[in-house]
Amino acid sequence: MIQLKQIEKSYRTDTIETLALNRINLSVFQGEFLSIMGPSGCGKSTLLNIMGLLDAPTKGEVLIDGRLTTHLSDKQLAHFRNQTIGFIFQSFHLINDLRVLDNVELPLLYRKVSASERVQLAKEALTKVGLSNRMKHFPSQLSGGQKQRVAIARAIVGRPQIILADEPTGNLDSAMGNEIMDLLLHLNATEGTTIVMVTHDETMAKKTHRLVRLFDGAQVNDHTLKQVYA
Amino acid sequence: MLKNYFKIAIAVLKRRKFFTFISLFGISFTLTILIVATAFIDNATSDNYPEVNRDRSLYITSVQEKGLKNHSQMNSPASFYYLDRYVSTLKTPVKVAISSFYAVTNAYINNKRLAINLKYTNDEFWDVFQYKFIEGKPYTLQQINNGEHVAVISEDTKRDYFGDLPTVVGKYIEADNVQYRVAGVVKSVPVTMPLSYADLYVPYTVSKTDYRQKTLMGNYTAVMMAATKADVPKMKEEYAAIVAKIKPDDKEYDEFISIADTYVASFIRNSPLGSSDESGISKLVMAASIFLLFFMLLPTLNLVNINISRIMERSSEIGVRKAFGASSSTLVGQFIVENLILTFLGCIIGIIISFIILQLMNNTNMIANMHLTINGTVLLYSMAACIIFGLISGVYPAWRMSRLQVVTALKSQ
Repeated sequence: MIQLKQIEKSYRTDTIETLALNRINLSVFQGEFLSIMGPSGCGKSTLLNIMGLLDAPTKGEVLIDGRLTTHLSDKQLAHFRNQTIGFIFQSFHLINDLRVLDNVELPLLYRKVSASERVQLAKEALTKVGLSNRMKHFPSQLSGGQKQRVAIARAIVGRPQIILADEPTGNLDSAMGNEIMDLLLHLNATEGTTIVMVTHDETMAKKTHRLVRLFDGAQVNDHTLKQVYA
Repeated sequence: MLKNYFKIAIAVLKRRKFFTFISLFGISFTLTILIVATAFIDNATSDNYPEVNRDRSLYITSVQEKGLKNHSQMNSPASFYYLDRYVSTLKTPVKVAISSFYAVTNAYINNKRLAINLKYTNDEFWDVFQYKFIEGKPYTLQQINNGEHVAVISEDTKRDYFGDLPTVVGKYIEADNVQYRVAGVVKSVPVTMPLSYADLYVPYTVSKTDYRQKTLMGNYTAVMMAATKADVPKMKEEYAAIVAKIKPDDKEYDEFISIADTYVASFIRNSPLGSSDESGISKLVMAASIFLLFFMLLPTLNLVNINISRIMERSSEIGVRKAFGASSSTLVGQFIVENLILTFLGCIIGIIISFIILQLMNNTNMIANMHLTINGTVLLYSMAACIIFGLISGVYPAWRMSRLQVVTALKSQ
């Protein structure tokens, strides 16, 4: 589903060049739930951003669904993200000025979907995450766990093949974190959505199919926890 | 999509009430001043009671004698003799109104002084200007030739001098120790129209200065009215041909100059902007445009600034929208639409405020007998200006915002 080939990412300031990612080769298969772990600053989030086409690698290629993404324009990238990928962030990134329902509708705004259909799909997504009774609320009226569930609803509303989650439980207590994790596992199991999750939490990572460890921008370990494909 | 933009625009406006207030204030205040100012200009320049034939009239408000040797010159209104002899005899004008500039005279009622502005006119004055007679009628050519002491007074003068009397035709009014018999009462004219405004109109033949004196310079102006608008250029040429033949009174001067202008040009030519060579209208338009540009530039820059800080505050939203499929151009569109909503609101508030101000001015009679209205064209142009406002002040911030990297935008929260 996602193929990273010889990915390098470096940040250049006036004096020094920092290598954030060093020759990463990684394939994520369809229907897989992959977790990425590593100490702070090892390049986990950078890797996830590159997979999500939010950031371009300095060197190397990203293929998604067999398609090379290197030379896509801003418009094509936006369209591609919209159709294929859903994002979940550690700090939720909900738009505080919009109600829950409008937040969830957001990805559909950039597709040719009628207003009534948008509402319908957003309601379905909110029902899936168990928040159908909070549609008219503003994000500020919700708890952290509820906010993250809204974010998940937003990520799945457009039925993307891939969900990229950057420490989705990082800002939540363990009970809420478990709820969110269960939701993602359920999504992966029932809908077959490919999920890549960055996490600090070993117990969360152990629940996934495969665990990749990064250290100082390099891949040090690739450990299959569950055999999904025989 | 648009509904969604609208929702977020309103939410953002509500969230930053102070910024919103400043922006809206800037836009609506600018617009209000523009609308009120143009209402004044419009009132002063377009056809208005009683000057309804401005588009087929030419105005002679001054004559000039110029010395080539020592570069001296003298400017003055024309004499009655000059206008009567050279202008009244022209062939193109169907009517020529000749009148003096109004001058203050004193009347006394119950030992209280009442200042009355008096104007001497000829008979065609009443044809060129369409006064509305509340009672009576204008004095006739015969009355003028007989030197009768008859007068037309304004409605305001009737009230001030005679009080509540229902009719005053035939009664006498005394100004500067001269008794005039009232022949008619006209609806009052605002002082902003100096060529038709007066409190008391009397025949030129009763003037204390000798109107037969054969000089070129005096205290009179003429308004020539052509049969149709198309005859105006011909009328101008005919006058120019006559003027070319006239020699100055004074031997010190070599050249006599007088130009028949349209209403607006006649005023501007006598201002520092104009000269005998050009009316100064183009200079005025240029000056006004530059002034307008700067006047509109201030709120625009203000808006640009506010918009930049406002948009940067929303970098998380920008990041999320980009991540979920908004291209840079879509986002630029969104922010421009939001900004247009803001400017449009400011526009509507500005129009409402202008309307209230003009109504107040009219109702309190701040300038006597002047009735100001919002000009439809101005309104249209104001709306257009608003949209341009909105575009200009939205485009740059939106462009800056759209260049923001998603990763950076998301991090900055």
